[in-house]
Amino acid sequence: MDDKLVIKGIEFRSRLWVGTGKYKDFEETRKAVEASGTDVVTVAVRRVNITDRKSENLLDYIDPKKYRILPNTAGCYTVEDALRYSRLAREAGISDLVKLEVIGDEKTLFPDTCGLLKATGILAKEGFIVLPYTNDDPVMARRLVDAGAAAVMPLAAPIGSGLGIRNPYNIKIILEQAKVPVIVDAGVGTASDVAIAMELGCDGVLLNTAIAGAKDPVSMAEAMKYGVLAGRLAYKAGRIARKLHAAASSPIEGML
Amino acid sequence: MKLKLNGDTAEFQDGLTVAGLLENLKIEPGRVAVEVNMEIVKKQDYQKVVVKQGDSIEIVNFVGGG
Repeated sequence: MDDKLVIKGIEFRSRLWVGTGKYKDFEETRKAVEASGTDVVTVAVRRVNITDRKSENLLDYIDPKKYRILPNTAGCYTVEDALRYSRLAREAGISDLVKLEVIGDEKTLFPDTCGLLKATGILAKEGFIVLPYTNDDPVMARRLVDAGAAAVMPLAAPIGSGLGIRNPYNIKIILEQAKVPVIVDAGVGTASDVAIAMELGCDGVLLNTAIAGAKDPVSMAEAMKYGVLAGRLAYKAGRIARKLHAAASSPIEGML
Repeated sequence: MKLKLNGDTAEFQDGLTVAGLLENLKIEPGRVAVEVNMEIVKKQDYQKVVVKQGDSIEIVNFVGGG
């Protein structure tokens, strides 16, 4: 099955990317990440715990040799902060990948797209592979690509909301014009949401809370894996057109 | 000398390099990034860069996030 996601020459085995936040402990994180079948995990950049040096590190459980580490700039509300965190992430890690977030509102965590666009341009020029978390605005998606984004990551719904894809038509328009991969990032709640994103033609889905917040995160991680696979396959298979009336599946001919 | 380390004041011996500071703190240099007065110190410069009284140091690593 040669249907790989490729971003700037980097081949990804999985179209499902998962976050590592909000888990009960590192062991649960490890199990869920493994069950999801992903090869990309997102991480945040934060201060090292200076006082308790015995505390364990996420990367003791998520092997960077096995998974591609995608640092985010979560919590950054200004261009300057987003640049600072991106540069620190590059120095702490091994790649130029960054999931760029410039947040504009505390309550909705919607992106500040003006700041996002500016930061995308600057980081792309510095050689980063910029994956911006944006809203479902097709015009902004185009602008981000023009500024050097390697992919666009429109939200399905607010981060952690679990509302699913609230505007599939906008996502479709983004896909129609996209010259780069489109990864739905944030807001999905369950496996069917993921399948819908993939059926629309998205190149991948990135999620965290939908797995970490589930009653059984490891089983939900597995469900998400199948959601992505089913959705992708259905997209490639080409669904039937929606019709208002019935069309019988059994022949009339031969009836008594 | 007094340093501002990850937001808190801390006392260290004079003349420490970034590498020495990390060793002192038992921090594995491979998985962190270090800023001295808002400037990122490249890993290859950890042995060269000496921290001074009053410097503001930030040491970050990766944690769980979405």
